[in-house]
Amino acid sequence: MTSAPARALPARSLPTGWPWLIVFVLAALVPLFVKNGYVFDVAINVMIFSIAAYGMNVMLGYAGLLPLAHAGFFGIGAYTVGILTLKAGWSFWLAWPLGIAICAVLGLLLGLVAFRTRDDVFAIFTLGVGVIITQVINKWDALTGGNDGLNGIVAPKLLGIDFGKSASFYYLALLSLALTIFLVARVRSSLFGRSLIAIRGGEDLARSAGINVYTHKLRVMMLSTALAGFAGGLYAVYIGFLGSAITGPTTTFTVLLYLLVGGVGALAGPVLGTLIIRVLQQSIQGLQDYQYIVFGPLLVLLVLFFPAGLAGVWAHLRGRRTAFETGSKKENKGVRDAGV
Amino acid sequence: MIIFFQQFLNALALGGAYSLVALGLTLVYGVMKIPNFAHGGLYMVGAYVTWALLTNLGVPYFLALGLSAVALGLVAVLLERLVFYPLRAAPHIHPMIAAIGVLFFLEAVIGHPQVFGADFKILPSPISGIVNLGGVSITGQRLLIIGASVVVMLALFYFLKRTTTGATIEAMAQNREGARLVGINVSRVASLTFFISGALAAIAATLYAPTSLVSPSMGEVMNLKVFAIIVLGGMGSVPGAIVGAFLLAFAETFGGVFVGANFADVVGFAVLVVVLAIRPQGLFRRTA
Repeated sequence: MTSAPARALPARSLPTGWPWLIVFVLAALVPLFVKNGYVFDVAINVMIFSIAAYGMNVMLGYAGLLPLAHAGFFGIGAYTVGILTLKAGWSFWLAWPLGIAICAVLGLLLGLVAFRTRDDVFAIFTLGVGVIITQVINKWDALTGGNDGLNGIVAPKLLGIDFGKSASFYYLALLSLALTIFLVARVRSSLFGRSLIAIRGGEDLARSAGINVYTHKLRVMMLSTALAGFAGGLYAVYIGFLGSAITGPTTTFTVLLYLLVGGVGALAGPVLGTLIIRVLQQSIQGLQDYQYIVFGPLLVLLVLFFPAGLAGVWAHLRGRRTAFETGSKKENKGVRDAGV
Repeated sequence: MIIFFQQFLNALALGGAYSLVALGLTLVYGVMKIPNFAHGGLYMVGAYVTWALLTNLGVPYFLALGLSAVALGLVAVLLERLVFYPLRAAPHIHPMIAAIGVLFFLEAVIGHPQVFGADFKILPSPISGIVNLGGVSITGQRLLIIGASVVVMLALFYFLKRTTTGATIEAMAQNREGARLVGINVSRVASLTFFISGALAAIAATLYAPTSLVSPSMGEVMNLKVFAIIVLGGMGSVPGAIVGAFLLAFAETFGGVFVGANFADVVGFAVLVVVLAIRPQGLFRRTA
């Protein structure tokens, strides 16, 4: 699966990162030329939900576990920021890390119980937990505002920069996304990441190779829920309003759709998929009623015909082309980059 | 005491409806090892088919029940052929995700303004009025749910245990390769299982919907509950599904009294979390 020689990985991880650097520099230049608020809105939403998708990707793509409580943790991160800034008067810069920490700890607690189950049962179990989280958020009026939600969460300020302006917030989201991708890429190429891939390949085999499966699963769960909380905190201050619907299974499934379109397990997958589906959603917004009549079958067709998503198609094409041009030496690289 | 019996009967009716939906799901899981996330969607479509038959075409209730069961059985077979059969060799997560896509699709189609629309519909009950049993009153519809679900369950048991066709389903659930070796047509059994599962969902929806409302999202809630039930009972276990269904129904009905109606839905999942924490493989399954 990971057929690239192990010793070459740390040395080469810097050069293989340069396309990302170009993408981020270009993205950082966008506000200088584009002054359209609508473009910012779409871009910021794409970045926030890509971070959530990266959180799901470390679980599903690397460890092969389907975490269906993901939106619940997104919600916990968001509500922590919302409640602390609105009701306790905390600064966003304190509430945000605390929300992430709470998500990580709750992820650990969930993992302690949930990892007693495997495969399908794990997915269903986490789905149940996700529903409990949404229900509790929806019914706990005194804390979360219940059905009315939390209104008027103020965008943060730092060193005289007002993140209430969409151009400033764009940079905050971009920085957060860059940090997420950097972190996830580091995890992927570390021993921890490769152990996760081994677990995906077969738990019993991984165990027999000396990998502590339970501990690794707990750690990746914490990473996943922390990333969900990270995205949730950003979402709270960007939208300024929180309702319990965003923490429900529909959000989890939507993030799953982004991930599948982009490519499960691929480093570019989450951001690519989120971008494409979000832009598609914007362009067919007039046809709101048709949205899931299109996306439902799309999910099915993707799984049937392109289970590795766009990144998989790309790696396949590139793998084939380079293999054709320079022999099979480069093929492995293409496949590794896609994390397949 | 009267309130207790009242709640007891309500829980029995709820449990009966849950059992029928859960049985279909657990049969499919037992035979195909697919957690069919679209099952709640079939349940919801079943309610709408019955509603359309009753209100638009004026078909009598019990005929509508049968027609709806056959229709949803066929939809389920189509689903198996188009989606799950091609994915039979794919990694485990793929059919699960595809099923989620199907659930989205069914909900969007039914909820579309030109089909049924998103507003609530009311399914008329064939037995109006309230039956009084020595001070304890119960609506006729709930009595019908209890009676009909027992009849359907007995018929299913007879079919699975006493007929050759039914035995092929059991055989395939126990050992797929072994079933193929003794000459069982595996693909036919798969279709048959999906047919039964769709039909049971439609029957349950037709029976239960008159006591609540019909809406495109009714399937989602039921979906989560029946998954909780079959995980509780042990995935693929038939008796487990029934025990799990009544356990959940009683926990919801009586738990709701203690923690307040607001959190009644949470109680069911709390039971699931507690049971899985103690017995990860469910109540009726030896290995996880």
